[in-house]
Amino acid sequence: MASLHDYLLVSGLLFAIGLAGVVVRRNIIIVFMCLELMLSAANLSLVAFSRFNPTPNGLPDYQGQMLVFFVITVAAAEVAVGLAIIVALYRARQTIHTDELTSLKG
Amino acid sequence: MTLPWLLLFLPLAIAAANQLVLKKTGLAPLVSTASTLATFVIAVLLLGKNETSHFNWATIGDFSINIGLKLDQLSTGMMIVVTGVGLLVHIFSLAYMKEDEAKARYFTGLSLFMFSMTGIVLADNFIMTFMFWELVGLSSYLLIGHWYQKDSAADAAKKAFLCNRVGDFGFMIGILMLWGITGHLAFDSMKGGLESFIAANPAIAGGVLSAAVLCIFCGAIGKSAQLPLHVWLPDAMEGPTPVSALIHAATMVAAGVYMLFRLQFTLGFEHFTALQASTVIAWTGCITALVAALMATQQDDIKKILAYSTLSQLGYMVMAVGLVAGQAGMFHLFTHAWFKALLFLGSGAVIYACHHEQNIWKMGGLLKKMPLTGLTFAIGFAALIAVPFTSGFFSKEQILEAAHHQNPALFWIAALVAVLTPFYMTRLFVVAFLGKTKSENADHAHEVGPLMVGPLVILAVLGLIAGFPFVASKLSPAYVAPEHLIHFGTVTYVSIAALVIGVILGLVLYAGKEKDPVSIPLFKNRFYIDTIYDKGLVRYFQDAFAAIIAFFDELLINGLLVGGLSRAAESFGNIFRKVQSGSLQGYAFCFGLGVLLVVYFTAF
Repeated sequence: MASLHDYLLVSGLLFAIGLAGVVVRRNIIIVFMCLELMLSAANLSLVAFSRFNPTPNGLPDYQGQMLVFFVITVAAAEVAVGLAIIVALYRARQTIHTDELTSLKG
Repeated sequence: MTLPWLLLFLPLAIAAANQLVLKKTGLAPLVSTASTLATFVIAVLLLGKNETSHFNWATIGDFSINIGLKLDQLSTGMMIVVTGVGLLVHIFSLAYMKEDEAKARYFTGLSLFMFSMTGIVLADNFIMTFMFWELVGLSSYLLIGHWYQKDSAADAAKKAFLCNRVGDFGFMIGILMLWGITGHLAFDSMKGGLESFIAANPAIAGGVLSAAVLCIFCGAIGKSAQLPLHVWLPDAMEGPTPVSALIHAATMVAAGVYMLFRLQFTLGFEHFTALQASTVIAWTGCITALVAALMATQQDDIKKILAYSTLSQLGYMVMAVGLVAGQAGMFHLFTHAWFKALLFLGSGAVIYACHHEQNIWKMGGLLKKMPLTGLTFAIGFAALIAVPFTSGFFSKEQILEAAHHQNPALFWIAALVAVLTPFYMTRLFVVAFLGKTKSENADHAHEVGPLMVGPLVILAVLGLIAGFPFVASKLSPAYVAPEHLIHFGTVTYVSIAALVIGVILGLVLYAGKEKDPVSIPLFKNRFYIDTIYDKGLVRYFQDAFAAIIAFFDELLINGLLVGGLSRAAESFGNIFRKVQSGSLQGYAFCFGLGVLLVVYFTAF
């Protein structure tokens, strides 16, 4: 059976891939997906901690798993808002390429 | 003691109310006039009272400055002149300024002036005198520049202010010296201080006092327009004519004489009789009287002639003060205030009737067209040239008497001035009021309204009777009644002879003439004094100074301090603007890096 260490490794890997995607990809939808990937990484580590951190009566610590549900819910809402913003952005600018979205440049 | 304080602060309150509240309502002229009437009534009520009251205004260490009022014969008599002429000028202005667009500002200026002048007259210490001294300068500036749209008026206002400032600087030093000598600033305690100083340092006392008095005299030179700072007064005629009557003939310009007399009165006349400074003062006054009279003989502007005649009469007063015959000077100040205000208001009526024509050579025949104005003007004219039994005769007589007693040279110069005065005034009267009309404007002239004639008549009556002992002993700020009404002696003969010679000369030269038969460029151009100031002092001194100032301003202030700071901020900004790349992922990367760093530092 895989140990907590393995799960955390996978979680860290997922997070790193997500962050790399956010930083290097230029398509804003991909960036958005990578953001979701980072959230999943966090979820994975939460579940792993929950599984490998039993309470005194032998059951897993459900608080971590509960937090995961919250994260998923919030992430769903966030996706709804985020995609809406991207659609609005596309309508306004006719592009979703981050290199062309530089109006904050000083 | 509330009445004197009311007398002082009522005009200030009215000035504030005019400017802040009543500006748009059109009530300002009436309110100002009513307040002047009130101050006049108060001044009459206070006549001859002898009181002082003061409150502490500022304390610095053990040195404190008071604001105080001092009532005595001198100040209450002077208040009659100030509020009396002020009231008549206010009434005259109601008509004269009827069509002016900025009536409220004008009457605010007048009220402010009344406040400042009251302050000078009633002040009980030198600091307060100085403060109000500056305030009259300010109100005079505001009123000369009333028609500031005209360049000449704006320039004249500036010139008046600057000339006064030059004198005031000396005045300030003089006050400080006097404070150093006597240890006091309040008039009441100065005499004791001076006497103990003289007792302690008998050797240098005279010299030191002389220096202090001369410095203080600088203030009078500026305010009373004596040589060499007289240049502002003729230019000040750019202001509205009632202002010229009130400020630049009757009251403010006399403040210098008043202040000098107050000084002598305070310190005791005995200290001034042998003082070097007194000689300087007397000669300055005498030379001013002569030079101004000479200049007046060649002017064509009716107001300028009167302005130079004011200078000349002020010269007489200053001379009297210098001769330590200040009572005669104050008496002349008193009579002169009435008849010179009369002459100025009369010229105002003429100018008004002739559609702002001021050149006497374009008038003529006005006596027939404006009989009342002409007649009152004639009375003022008679008083100014000292026709026997007019007010001017009595007061001038006293001054000449004093000069005759003490310094024959001064007396003969003063007698020469007494020839010139009737000469130039006859010229003015003959050309402007008699003969044929010389221009269309004068053709259309007709008598002015009752609001203008009223003050003229009152002033004419005062111009006639103010010199008689029964009026002067009550109202004049200082007066020594002569033993006989007219004492026939050298002085009287000389002055009557001077009068006759002057009038005959004027008549012979100017009766029936269409243009000036005499032309003396030296007098016409005012001895080139203004030209010297403009071409010499202003160009070389002021321009060079301005260049130095400009250099410092450009290099140090603008280049280094203000510009330097702004350039530093700009270059820092330019560095930091690179951070604002506008690239989304750049921000995300920095954000991630930041999180990593935080985690690193908290974990390890």
